[in-house]
Amino acid sequence: MATPENKLAFDGGWAYDPAPESTDHIRIESRYGLFINGDFVKPESGKYFDTINPANEEKLSRVADANQADVDKAVAAARAAYRGPWGRMKPAERGKYIYRIARIMQERAREFSVIESLDGGKPIRESRDVDVPLAAAHFFYYAGWADKLDYAFPGRKAKPLGVAGQIIPWNFPLLMAAWKIAPALACGNTVVLKPAETTPLTALKLAEAIADAGLPPGVVNIVTGAGATGAAIVEHPDVDKVAFTGSTNVGRMIQKKLAGTNKKYTLELGGKAANIVFADAAIDQAVEGIVNGIFFNQGHVCCAGSRLFVQESVADEVIAKLKDRMETLIVGDPLDKNTDIGAINSSMQLKKIQSYLKIGQSEGATMHQSSCSVPKKGYWCRPTIFTGVSQSSRVVQEEIFGPVLAIQTFRRYDEALVKANNTPYGLSGGVWTDKGSKIFKMTQDLRAGVVWANTFNKFDPTSPFGGYKESGVGREGGLHGLDAYVKLGAR
Amino acid sequence: MASKRIAVAKTYKIYIGGKFPRTESGRYFAHKDKKGNVVANMCRGSRKDFRNAVVAARNAEAGWARASAYLRGQILYRIAEMLEGRREQFIAELVLQGATQKAAEKEVDQSIDRLIYYAGWADKYQQVFSAVNPVSSSHFNFSVLEPTGVVSILAPDNSGLLGLIGNVAPVIAGGNTCVVLASESKPLSAVSFAEVLHASDVPGGVVNILTGFRSELTEQFASHMDVNAVIYCDGSKAVAKSVQTLAADNIKRVIARDRVDWSGDAENPYLIRDTQEVKTTWHPIGS
Repeated sequence: MATPENKLAFDGGWAYDPAPESTDHIRIESRYGLFINGDFVKPESGKYFDTINPANEEKLSRVADANQADVDKAVAAARAAYRGPWGRMKPAERGKYIYRIARIMQERAREFSVIESLDGGKPIRESRDVDVPLAAAHFFYYAGWADKLDYAFPGRKAKPLGVAGQIIPWNFPLLMAAWKIAPALACGNTVVLKPAETTPLTALKLAEAIADAGLPPGVVNIVTGAGATGAAIVEHPDVDKVAFTGSTNVGRMIQKKLAGTNKKYTLELGGKAANIVFADAAIDQAVEGIVNGIFFNQGHVCCAGSRLFVQESVADEVIAKLKDRMETLIVGDPLDKNTDIGAINSSMQLKKIQSYLKIGQSEGATMHQSSCSVPKKGYWCRPTIFTGVSQSSRVVQEEIFGPVLAIQTFRRYDEALVKANNTPYGLSGGVWTDKGSKIFKMTQDLRAGVVWANTFNKFDPTSPFGGYKESGVGREGGLHGLDAYVKLGAR
Repeated sequence: MASKRIAVAKTYKIYIGGKFPRTESGRYFAHKDKKGNVVANMCRGSRKDFRNAVVAARNAEAGWARASAYLRGQILYRIAEMLEGRREQFIAELVLQGATQKAAEKEVDQSIDRLIYYAGWADKYQQVFSAVNPVSSSHFNFSVLEPTGVVSILAPDNSGLLGLIGNVAPVIAGGNTCVVLASESKPLSAVSFAEVLHASDVPGGVVNILTGFRSELTEQFASHMDVNAVIYCDGSKAVAKSVQTLAADNIKRVIARDRVDWSGDAENPYLIRDTQEVKTTWHPIGS
């Protein structure tokens, strides 16, 4: 139990000096066109929109708003590249281009990291140590598959699909671009990708890297815009495959839109992961896992451990230690290397989170937030937990996508399991216990695509990711991620 | 001279939760032979029958998914044994539904062999499709297949027995449970096959078989919110669109099997994989 004597005090009474990452080495153009057929071009729409820094609400750049004509151009370029140089290229050569992308990303890693944090609000420590290295690693991993596909599907011949239309979210902008583009290219497809409207910059920097890597024009096309641009990609008759990461509601709309077409699709949708802490867990370690599970990337994580289940006998201890640990979290400037929790990605998302804070309280739950101060400008949410919630509470059932944790207790294994699985989602889950057999039982019984035992929110290019039930269709990453970008025929 | 014995005609019923009820709706449709004689009054299954069947399938799901792969393989093998024992009956029934003797023999033999084929896969597909993933961090990370859950199957119309088995066997070999709508024009074999299942240690609810009209039931098969995947065979373009649209309400997995020659090369483990989920587990490595 935390007492005033043994309470966590990371600063030891000393204040942290600011440790800002420098931004003088990065280059952001004042305006970006669309990356189509190997060049940045002006949009047919003639329209641009601002992308801002959510930590201070200042404009970073203007990016093109692609309309139907722009998407048509991008798809046509992708089709031509598929029919032409990319489709004809030997797989091993294709792989070498993808390796080049990985290498250029590594070389320019710090620039990517800083821009990712500026545009999306995530702490530099995370973009530097997680997002960007993983994105580069993803290209490196899939590059090697390009000439080995015959070994991935026993008894079958894998063929590319054609043009892949890909729509990615704002929570891991560059990493999601890598998750989408790398396997598509490795399997011999060409790509039209739309980054999220609040975080387009790193995808555009990636376009630069792809151009520098010398890929044939049209192999990768990046079109910026909002929902209408995404819809134009999904509904484009010359797109053979749609890959989407985002909310379950939009995923459902896309699945309906694709009905009656022959387009293949993968959907990575929402989640409401259970993080289950048994009494025999290493409690301090579990508390770190809870913090990482829900506060990593401001809770803007589809697989976030947003529902905590604590065994009753240790609930008081776990919650006390969690509150104590929350006090040490530094919320503020994403570019400061001491920052744990950065800015909420957009004002729209902040409003959504705030509405759930009200909903939770009006439903009778007890809300606790850390006492830290947050900057005046920009979009911020203090780390938040709800106790006294019930299984039917909206903060338990619905995806909030913010640093908001709903805590429930349980007595028996079966109770934890039933409650954990009682959700339309099935993306991820976590189990904390020192007992190996219990780990395997719970990880088997959880209906979710990714399960972390005594850890949380770990990712790797070799590790498939994706959901059961309404959390999506298909997997990304690893050997299983290849399946999304091939059609299988007789050998 | 003794009078000619009157044969006992069979009542064809539906199969839900290991029982053979009549349709709750009380409705029927007559199945006739080529000459127009009534062979049987089939149950015209209702949407309520389908919902009941989904409940049965859901209740059976956890137990069947947890049954050992070895046991599932043995039960599939047992189904084949039972079918072999009733080979003549199934041939006669196919002939009654319009097949030639030769074609009927071939279909029954292939049906038995297909069950043996998938019986063998029950404890092997996991090894073929699973992976240990070499992650960079200090974790043991592996991906295995798990059954998707409850699967609704709109069986092919043109292949009443083999087409049914070709769809059901990979689904249950993989630990799913299912609700099947039998061929509308050749429904007899499906009901007799339910009797085979019933005698083969298949737990009640693992396979549920309805007869009835596709035009009436397709929508329910596609839209039910407690069904995880829908397999539909030979849907028209309009039906395909409708099934896929309705399936999206709970992000069902949609598997279309069109113009499959079930008597041809229509057996492979990818048909099992169609109704599997990939689960990836991370374990830390440390002392």
